[in-house]
Amino acid sequence: MTGWREGKIFPILLVLATITVFWYVMAVVMNTPWQKDVYERAGTTDVSQTQFIKDTWSQERPVLPSPHQVAQEVWATTVEKKITSKRSLIYHAKITLSSSMLGFAMGTVLGILLAIAIVYNQALNKSLMPWIIASQTIPVLAIAPMIIVVLNAIGVQGLLPKAFISMYLSFFPIAVGMVKGLNSPETHHLDLMYTYSASASQSFWKLRLPSSLPYLFTSMKIAVAISLVGAIVAELPAGAVAGLGARLLAGSYYGQTIQIWSALVVASILAALLVTLIDLLGRFVNHRMGLSHG
Amino acid sequence: MPTIDVKELSLTFTTRDGPVHALSNINLSVQAGDFVSLIGPSGCGKTTLLRAIADLEQATSGSLLVNGVSPEEARLQRAYGYVFQAASLYPWRTIAKNIALPLEIMGIGRAEQQKRIKENLALVDLADFGKKYPWQLSGGMQQRASIARALAVEPNLLLMDEPFGALDEIVRDHLNEQLLSLWAKTNKTVVFVTHSIPEAVYLSTHIVVMSPRPGRIHEIITSDLPKDRPLNIRETPEFLALANRVREGLRAGHSEDVPV
Repeated sequence: MTGWREGKIFPILLVLATITVFWYVMAVVMNTPWQKDVYERAGTTDVSQTQFIKDTWSQERPVLPSPHQVAQEVWATTVEKKITSKRSLIYHAKITLSSSMLGFAMGTVLGILLAIAIVYNQALNKSLMPWIIASQTIPVLAIAPMIIVVLNAIGVQGLLPKAFISMYLSFFPIAVGMVKGLNSPETHHLDLMYTYSASASQSFWKLRLPSSLPYLFTSMKIAVAISLVGAIVAELPAGAVAGLGARLLAGSYYGQTIQIWSALVVASILAALLVTLIDLLGRFVNHRMGLSHG
Repeated sequence: MPTIDVKELSLTFTTRDGPVHALSNINLSVQAGDFVSLIGPSGCGKTTLLRAIADLEQATSGSLLVNGVSPEEARLQRAYGYVFQAASLYPWRTIAKNIALPLEIMGIGRAEQQKRIKENLALVDLADFGKKYPWQLSGGMQQRASIARALAVEPNLLLMDEPFGALDEIVRDHLNEQLLSLWAKTNKTVVFVTHSIPEAVYLSTHIVVMSPRPGRIHEIITSDLPKDRPLNIRETPEFLALANRVREGLRAGHSEDVPV
């Protein structure tokens, strides 16, 4: 019998359980000062150890909300709310998702085009790459407000400014991965094209592009996750009223830590789903193309 | 007009450690219908010579004509088919689609493509494998598919760079036999790089013995074996005598090696 310990599920559950236990412990530690304050003001003195721990896990505005508080909030704001409601996290997630998907698509196209330019043009290879790398050394928190202000000044509003920030982050892994991918064909595969006197575009469509696809999907997995981060970050300085970023911002204004944490949880679930989706798509394409067989 | 005409050809690679004389003063004439093997130890330039014929390397001096024109023109006319040591099939294409690759590049119509795929798959005994992907085939079958791909271009010249070098001996024997019958059927001119003496003797009408540093031709041996060669011809005295001559040629080529 193959042990259940050898599967993927056991290690994942083990890590999850460890994190949960650690979280509960930290919730007690971090919420203790406030809880003591509460007792002092109320004049309560004889609190049992169990009651004390229970109370630290059920504060209204805890420093660190306990996992079940966050889970309850996520449940209440996703399943129990209509998705048209302004308090539904699904409503907010959809807004963030739509701008990050638009930005991800634009970033993918831009990254691929830059990679093609770099691979096919020696001068661009030397001149473009440093700029691309430099673009990623600027903190996105610093550049996001400027992009939004500049675009607003020329009349671009709504989805597009946020999508631009997602694109700004996501084009980079795509460009770097695709440069590697387009250069990945082996010498004898390239020599073969040369013996056929194939044109540059024939070599591109029939050899370089198919060879690059596994690299593209690997890059897309990174890009899709950071384009979501980009969209959330873009919602912060813009004073957006909707979106997961707006939820985070509102939560921090009013000290609603449970709201902040539940928005974070939904954002990470969303990111995990997107990465899984791209992974499955990549596996399917690689399998169809016979690339998973080496 | 010889199919390949090489006169006083030299080829020098510039490397960081200085120039490497890959080929020095090569003279070789290959007639239409010949099966010429280039044999020699590593570093003797046999693959470089083949690549120069294919326009994959540029000669430093001397002249090289393929079908009476420069290698570049011959390449642009798709005058030759090249078979690499690795089968070099594109993994995302089926066997049939791999054979279609050069035909697509040449802009040949669909109906003609299908006809040539069918013909050439049959020629290498892979008629039922067109829809398979390369990874579903054995190494020997993959190499046969790559020969079918080279033949589909319908060149009069076939350039083969140790095509069976990575295969085990039984498969290799079998493919050698098939290649000979293929050559008899199609009347192609073949230039074949190998470092196996029995393979060179079994296949060739002419055996070019090469030696290294600088890469040069030591001797050209013309085979007197009949054109029809069953595998067991390799046990005949004529075959063994020829193999011995090649072996001695290789040894003599080596002894010319001056220690640096």
